[in-house]
Parts: sequence; structure tokens; C-alpha cells
Amino acid sequence: MRTIDVRVLTETTASLLVDANYRIPPDILTALRAAADAEESDIGRQTLAHLVQNYEVAAAEGLPVCQDSGVTVVVLETGQDVHWVGGSIERAIFAGITQGISNGFLRWSVVGDPLARRMLSGAPPGVIHYEIVEGDGVRLTVASKGFGAENMSALRMFTPADGTAAVQDFVVDTVERAGANACPPIIVGVGIGGTFEKAAWLAKKAVLRPIDQRHPRAETAALEADLLQRINDLGIGPQGLGGTVTALAVNVEVYPTHIAGLPAAVNLGCHSNRRISIDL
Amino acid sequence: MAIALECRPMLDDTTSLALTAGDAVSVSGDLITIRDATAKRLLEMAQSGNALPLDLTGRLLYAVGPSPAKPGQAVGSAGPTTIERFIAYLPFLFGSGVKGIIAKGELHGDITGTFRECGAVYLAAIGGLGALLGKRVEAAHVVAFPELGPEALHRFSVRDFPAVVIIDRHGGNFHETARARWRRAPRP
Repeated sequence: MRTIDVRVLTETTASLLVDANYRIPPDILTALRAAADAEESDIGRQTLAHLVQNYEVAAAEGLPVCQDSGVTVVVLETGQDVHWVGGSIERAIFAGITQGISNGFLRWSVVGDPLARRMLSGAPPGVIHYEIVEGDGVRLTVASKGFGAENMSALRMFTPADGTAAVQDFVVDTVERAGANACPPIIVGVGIGGTFEKAAWLAKKAVLRPIDQRHPRAETAALEADLLQRINDLGIGPQGLGGTVTALAVNVEVYPTHIAGLPAAVNLGCHSNRRISIDL
Repeated sequence: MAIALECRPMLDDTTSLALTAGDAVSVSGDLITIRDATAKRLLEMAQSGNALPLDLTGRLLYAVGPSPAKPGQAVGSAGPTTIERFIAYLPFLFGSGVKGIIAKGELHGDITGTFRECGAVYLAAIGGLGALLGKRVEAAHVVAFPELGPEALHRFSVRDFPAVVIIDRHGGNFHETARARWRRAPRP
């Protein structure tokens, strides 16, 4: 048994949130630099070069890469042998999000009541997912999910007869409908299988996976490659200005599902797909 | 070379007419910021017969909700937001004299005709270029609705603010022509 005070969650969430907003993940910056060379359209190459410069300046000067610091999504993977003390885990993480937004001069982008569009005192400032894992390790992931791309995401319940082709068309159509709105070049997270909510969660995990890692299963990795090619053939290009780089990566996650079903979810991430993880 | 677009404070009609979808422009002068909550407030004021907090005649809007300024900055990061969310408000804004909007993302269908009929243009700035675009804002003043925070109505003084003409006054839509040009046929 390992005992940890929840205060560490407040401090770590706050500092990771600021870091995530000032520095995009190195795998994404590497991919953007490569794309700035590979893109075939002139305006697309210029756009990608501007984005790389934006990320370099933001990191050097300590500025938010984008004014939309999004909804903060925290994933706490906690070992089953960890005993958390010192108060509520949830309140500790929420306090960390609030501190991070304030410390980092990030925009307060969450509205407390989604229908009345009002701020509510004490309302949750973000979204938390918990996963229980073996052992006594703890991994904390903090992501800032901008809503240009989040708004263009989609979920659909297919039937077994629809099959792989229908799911592929759905992914490509979702990207095509999103067009420039999702701030391409995008990262495409796809969740296939499970239940309604599991597919959405798989898609979120997929979009948060580093983009230089292909799926370990060969057939899923092949699906990722095929989807990436089809998406980049759409011609949308950086910011929808035309070109050959619409997505930097397609990450797919799969899970067993019902004999009668084929849920599929697509979670889009803009090029500022801010996320950072730390082992505590 | 980008076309210089002066907005002091109005967008010149002759210059705006000369723009073609796909042109790179560099905007200097005054921009009026707008967000979802700002647009809704303005519309509600007009519907209840109240005067708007400023005259929008000839103005160029910028769809943005900046992050807070650090000490020494005019604004924090300040990139564009998605124009699609403003479709419901654009006819009202154009009716109030607005002659253009800077945002990001796509517009298709009937609304593009509204731009032409109202003599307005849509310019796209790069989404996710917030740190660099914030540096092009030399001064920022809250004109109305300070209680809306980042969604307050600001007046930005910008210099050499980069954008691309998406919808011109002659029926051009650059997102559509660019995609058609670069689309590849399905592979076997």
C-alpha cells in the first residue's frame, strides 16, 4: 500500500496545465515541421511554417499557444494499491485546473450552465476520467481540448452488416464536414466497439495518444494508414486553404462489442492538441 | 505580397471590392471583436429597440475571445474563432452596417449570398496562431459588456494583421475552390 496526499494532484494538475498550453507535445511539433516540408501547396507550406513559428515563440516567451485553452480533460490512472488521503480527489483536481488557468494567464473558457450559458460559482471547471490499474503507480494526464475541433466530432451506431467500409466512410465524411473548422492539420481519434459511451471514450483516448505510435495490432495499424491517406486525399489542407496535409495522424482504438452492434466515434483534435502526462 | 487593408475605422469600399478570394491581406487599423455572447447581446439590444453601444457602419469585425494579457501585453493570445457559429447573427450585423468579418473555418450555402448582397467580405486568419496574432494587437479597449470577460466587445488596434480572403464580393469562396483543386480521386 502506498499513501499519497491529494494535494499533489492540485499542484501537478496546475503546473501540467500551464506547461501543456505553452508547449505543444514534441511529437506534434516534429510532425508539423515535417509537414511544412512535405505539403505540396504553397499556401499550405506557408501556413504550416507560421504554425511552427507560433509554437516556438509561445514556448520561448511563455504564452498560451492558442487563446482557446479549451475544456481541461484530466485522466487519473491510479493503482489499486494507492490510498489517497487529505481530502477529495475530485476537488483537488478541480482546484488544480482553476489554479492552472489563473497562473498561466489562460482564458476561462467554461460556462457553468450549458443551457442558460451562465457562470455558476463552484461549478466543475473541467472533466475528469478515472482508471483503476494494477499496482501502486499513478499517471496523471492533463489535456486542453479546444472546441473548434471538439464541435466537429461525431458518434454513430452502425450495424454489423454495415461493416468496416461504412465505418471508414464515416471517419472520412466527419473530417470532410469539419473542413477548416477543426483547425487542420488535425489529429483524428477513432473509437470502434464497446458501447455508446465506450466508443466516445476510446476516441478520446485515441486522440490523446502520441501521434508517432501506431496501433500495436497490424490490422488496426493498417486501418490507421488507410484512413490517413484517404483524409489527406480530400484536398482540405492546412486551415482548409488547399493542400495535401489535412491530418497529421489517425489513431484508432478498438474494443469488443455486442453481436448486434458496431459503435464508432470520431474525436477530432486541432493541431494544438495539448496534452501532457506524468508518472507520480 | 499581401494587400494592405486599412480600417481607420471603416473598411474602404473600393479596396474591399477589389479583393478576390485567395488574396493574402495585411490589416491595419481598428477591429471590433465579437463572440457568441457578444453577438447575442447586440441582437437583443436591437430587438428591444435600444441603441447599440457603438456605430457598426463600415466596420470590420474580428471573431475572437482573447486570453488575459500578461503584464506589458495589450492582449494575450488572440487567434480567430469559428465563423459558422455566427451565421444566425450575420444578417443582423450586416444590416447594422458591418462590412466584413475576420474569423476561421468554412461557410457554404445561402449565407455566402448574404455577403454579396450586403457588400461584405469574410477574411480567415490562421486558427491556432494565437501567440503570434496577439502580438499584432497594439492596443485593446473594452467598449461594452465588460461582464462578459473574454466575450466583451473590444476595440483592437492592429498593425499588419495577416489574413486570407475567403468570401469576396463577387461570389468567390476560396475554401471551395482550394479543396476542389487539391482533391485527389479515390484510390483503388
